[in-house]
Amino acid sequence: MTPETITRWTRKDLLGIAELSPAEINLVLDTAESFSEIADRPIKKVPTLRGKTVLNLFFEASTRTRSSFEIAEKRLSADNINFSSSGSALEKGETLIDTALNLQAMAPDLVVIRHGAPGVPQMLAARIDAGVINAGDGAHEHPTQALLDAFTIRRHKKKIAGLRVAIIGDIEHSRVVRSNIHLLQKLGASVVVGGPRTLMPAEMEKMGVDVAYTLQDAVRDADVVMMLRVQLERQGRMAFPSVREYFQLFGLTTARLKGAKDDVIVMHPGPMNRGVEIASEVADGPISVILEQVAHGVSVRMAILYLLSGVSSEEA
Amino acid sequence: MAKNLTPKNTILDAKQMARIIRRMAGEIVERNKTADELLLVGIRTRGVPLAEKLATEIERMEGHKIPVGMLDITLYRDDLSTIAAQPLVKATHLPRSIDGCVVVLCDDVLYTGRTVRAALDELVDFGRPRAVRLAVLVDRGHRELPIQADFVGKTVPTSQDEVIEVTFEATDGTEHVRILERKPKQ
Repeated sequence: MTPETITRWTRKDLLGIAELSPAEINLVLDTAESFSEIADRPIKKVPTLRGKTVLNLFFEASTRTRSSFEIAEKRLSADNINFSSSGSALEKGETLIDTALNLQAMAPDLVVIRHGAPGVPQMLAARIDAGVINAGDGAHEHPTQALLDAFTIRRHKKKIAGLRVAIIGDIEHSRVVRSNIHLLQKLGASVVVGGPRTLMPAEMEKMGVDVAYTLQDAVRDADVVMMLRVQLERQGRMAFPSVREYFQLFGLTTARLKGAKDDVIVMHPGPMNRGVEIASEVADGPISVILEQVAHGVSVRMAILYLLSGVSSEEA
Repeated sequence: MAKNLTPKNTILDAKQMARIIRRMAGEIVERNKTADELLLVGIRTRGVPLAEKLATEIERMEGHKIPVGMLDITLYRDDLSTIAAQPLVKATHLPRSIDGCVVVLCDDVLYTGRTVRAALDELVDFGRPRAVRLAVLVDRGHRELPIQADFVGKTVPTSQDEVIEVTFEATDGTEHVRILERKPKQ
C-alpha cells in the first residue's frame, strides 16, 4: 500500500478541500468509482443509508448541485428534507445560530448546506452533531465540485499528477476555482488561472498557480481547460465593457484551443453561458466532458454521503 | 493474518483444494443439466477466485465459457451502523443480465449467513434470476440466518473462537485452508 492511500475516513464534515490530505482525496475518488456502477443498474438504489436523515439547506439558488445531492441521497436510501432560501425562517429574521440549534433539535444525520457567506458551513459544523457537507459557501469553497472535476479528469487522463490544468474566467467570484486549485495541487497537477485583470484577485500567484491575462496564454499546453461561468448577475460591477467583448477576448472557441495539448478536454462546472465564456461548437463538441461531470457528480456525492455517515460525532 | 491469531492446523493444501473444486464443478453441472444459462458470481473478496476456478473447471467439462461476475456486498451489510468507520466499497460487476439465469453465488466460507443474505438482496436489484444457488468452499457452521449451501467443498466443525483462513493464488499468492485460533485478549 502506498503512503497515498488510506482505507478509513475519519472526518465528521466535508467543509473544504484545503484541509484534506491527498490520501483522503484519493479515498473519496476510489469510493466514487465503486458507486458509479449503481447508475447502470436496473434498480438504482442501495439500502446503505436506510433510516438516515439528510437535510439539504440551500440558502442560494442551485439546480445542479441540489438535484445531484438529492439523487445521491435517494440512491443510498436516505430520507431527505429540503429547505430553500425563500420562505425559510432565516428570511423571517431568525439568526443563523438559532437556525442551527433548531436543526440540531431535529437530529439529522447529515446536513448539506449552501450559503452565500463564506464560513457558514464551518460555523454550523461546530454547533451540531450531524456531519456537515459544504455545497458552496460564498467565494470560498465548493469541495464536491472539485472532487467531481478531479474524478472526471482521472477518468479521461488516468492520472492527475503532472497534468497542466487551465482554469479560465471569473476567478475572483469563483468558489469552484479555489477548491480546484487546492485539490489539483495536492494531487500534483500544475494550475494556470486566466481571465481579465478586473476579475483576477491580487496576489493569485501566492496560491502557487501561474496567472495568464489572455486566453491564448492560459490554454498553452493544457491537458484540461476548465471554463468558469461569467456571473452575469454581477455585471453591474462593470468588470468588462460588454458580454460581446468578453466573448471576443475570453470566449473558448475551437480555434483558440490550438495551443493546448492534442488530447485536451474541456470542462465547465455549469451553468454555462453559451456565447459568453464558451462557444457552442466547443461545449457540444467531442472534447467536451461537461455532461459527464454532471453524471459523475452523483457518484462523488454518494461517496461523500457514505463516508461521512460512518463517522459519529463522538469520534470525530 | 491478524496479530492475535495463531495457526492451529491446515485443513486443505493446494492439491486438495483443486480436487474439491473439481468435484464441486461437476456437481454444479450435474444439478443444472445444462451449463448454458449458468452465471457464476463471486462474493468479494475470496468468492471471486473460487468462482473463476469453478468456471474454468466447468468450461473444461462442457467445452464453453461460463460467465463470471463479482458482487461487493458492503452497501448491503446489516452492521454498517455498528462498526466504527465505513468499510471500503469495491466495484460490483455482472457480465450479463441475470434475468432467467441460474446464478451460483460463490464464497470461500459460509459462517453466519449474513454475507449471503446481503448478496441475495443485492442480486435481486439486478433482475430476476431463474434460480440462485450457493457454492462455498468451507461450511463452518454457526448460522445466524436460515441459509444453506447447495454445493459445499468441505464441512468443518469449528468453535467461534476459531477463524477459517482461505487463501488463493490470485489474491494471496498461496493456496490453502487453515484453522486459526483467536488468542484471548490480555
